[in-house]
Amino acid sequence: MYSKNLLGRSLLEEAIVTENLSKMYGQIWAVKDLNLRVHAGELFGFLGPNGAGKTTTIRMLTTITKPTYGRAFVDGFNVQEKPEMVRKAIGVMQQHLSLDRDLTVRENMELRARIHHLSADERKKRVEELLDYVGLVEYADRTVDELSGGFQRRAMIACSLIHRPKILFLDEPTVGLDAHTRRRMWDLIRRLNADGVTIFLTTHYIEEAEALCQRVGIIHKGQLIAIGSPIELRGKIGLFTVVMVTEGGKFAYKYFHDRAEASKYVQKLSNSNSIKSVVIRDSNLEDVFIELTGGEVIGE
Amino acid sequence: MSLFSDIYAVFWADLRVLRRRALRTLATSLVNPVLYLLAFGYGLGRGISFEGYSYLDFVVPGIIALTAMTSSFSGAGSKLHVDRLFYKCFDELLMAPIGTLSIVFGKSLIGVVHGLISSFALVAVGLSVSPSFRASPLLPLFMAVLIISCFVFSFLGVLAALLVRSHQDMGSFSAFVIVPMSFLSGTFFSLESTPEALKMALYLLPLTHSSQCLRAAALNQPFPLASLIALICFGIIFLTASIIVLRKTSV
Repeated sequence: MYSKNLLGRSLLEEAIVTENLSKMYGQIWAVKDLNLRVHAGELFGFLGPNGAGKTTTIRMLTTITKPTYGRAFVDGFNVQEKPEMVRKAIGVMQQHLSLDRDLTVRENMELRARIHHLSADERKKRVEELLDYVGLVEYADRTVDELSGGFQRRAMIACSLIHRPKILFLDEPTVGLDAHTRRRMWDLIRRLNADGVTIFLTTHYIEEAEALCQRVGIIHKGQLIAIGSPIELRGKIGLFTVVMVTEGGKFAYKYFHDRAEASKYVQKLSNSNSIKSVVIRDSNLEDVFIELTGGEVIGE
Repeated sequence: MSLFSDIYAVFWADLRVLRRRALRTLATSLVNPVLYLLAFGYGLGRGISFEGYSYLDFVVPGIIALTAMTSSFSGAGSKLHVDRLFYKCFDELLMAPIGTLSIVFGKSLIGVVHGLISSFALVAVGLSVSPSFRASPLLPLFMAVLIISCFVFSFLGVLAALLVRSHQDMGSFSAFVIVPMSFLSGTFFSLESTPEALKMALYLLPLTHSSQCLRAAALNQPFPLASLIALICFGIIFLTASIIVLRKTSV
């Protein structure tokens, strides 16, 4: 267990703590000196482009991958020293479909219940309860291969919740889903968080992080470059964005802390021949990401 | 929670899958051995006698050993390497609060079941076509060696599935280890007639010991206890190696 004094918050308040957590593959740092704290009960988003190190972080936090150096504590337990205690406390929904495709939804859930040591009575009760919770009662006896992508994701969430984990890791939970299914998944994630589950969610969808997360950490090339609530992060660059389209069709952005400043700037631009159009809008996390990474586009 | 319930939990899922595919699995695993039996036992070996027995009597225990090996190996290894490398559902076991011994042993048991289903079908064929096999008083010992063999090759299947990095690697392992072992381990010929140096090399293969023990039990010959001990040692080595590999790859 880590020291309470070191953190300044009680163990019950910190669900995840990392100290210089790092992972190197070959000569490349997938994650480098990650220092992160996720509070208990929080819905935390880990935002970054593909290949930024989000999944590697999740794999280290969930005892699958050994860190090259650094430490991680989940539910107060050192991931490397007490992996079995960490495994009892966490549920994980991986980015890819990780259910046994040859088994039915019910059988997959029962397998998870068995390997998490639920008694026969508990297993039966919990499976039915969760099938109802995620809306899969009618599909319980279909094999995973027979389900649509959205239902497969719901089944994965149900499996990850079977042992009532305190902390749920969701790795890109809505990737590849259509807009309606994504919204339904968001509702489910919000409901889980409202029911007291701490959620660590990775995503490369800006709007997902903004819509769901109380705090967001932005990771780029294996390093945490910013952390805070969406409004705090926007505040780092300015809450208002002036978007300009030049004669050549190129986009340019300028950020302001209040709308009056932004309007003044736009008025000045009205005499400029090189600007074709200009608009003021609220800044968003994509603006933050682009500004902090020097112009790289998320999702690349 | 006990080790046994964890092992059973891992085994349970594979057993559910097998239940859906039992007939297909049995049919697939019997194609090669039945072809060997027809080609070598009735075709090539017709009229040949070996160590005082008809070639058919001689070859049946070897083919049963071969079937136990291939079915157990692929029964344990095929799904495991796909689940580990492609579907990633093996990760779910690694993230559960169960030990590596439970995972390795649980995953091996399905190979044992595959091996026993196919071998028992071949035993039934062997008993009907081989009078010496039918008359052997050592049949209980034969069954015990068969079960041990299935465990040994299941552990090998799990080890291979944990070591490979691609589907091709698994194919290569089969091509360079399993197929040569099928033909070289005294399954189709007697080791007595091989040069001493080659014989020594062949004793390094677990299937050699499995065939020797099964043949001795099937034909009521003096039982090679040293081979049984060697076979058990191979099983312990494969099991231990699998546990070490799994522990090295995860926290």
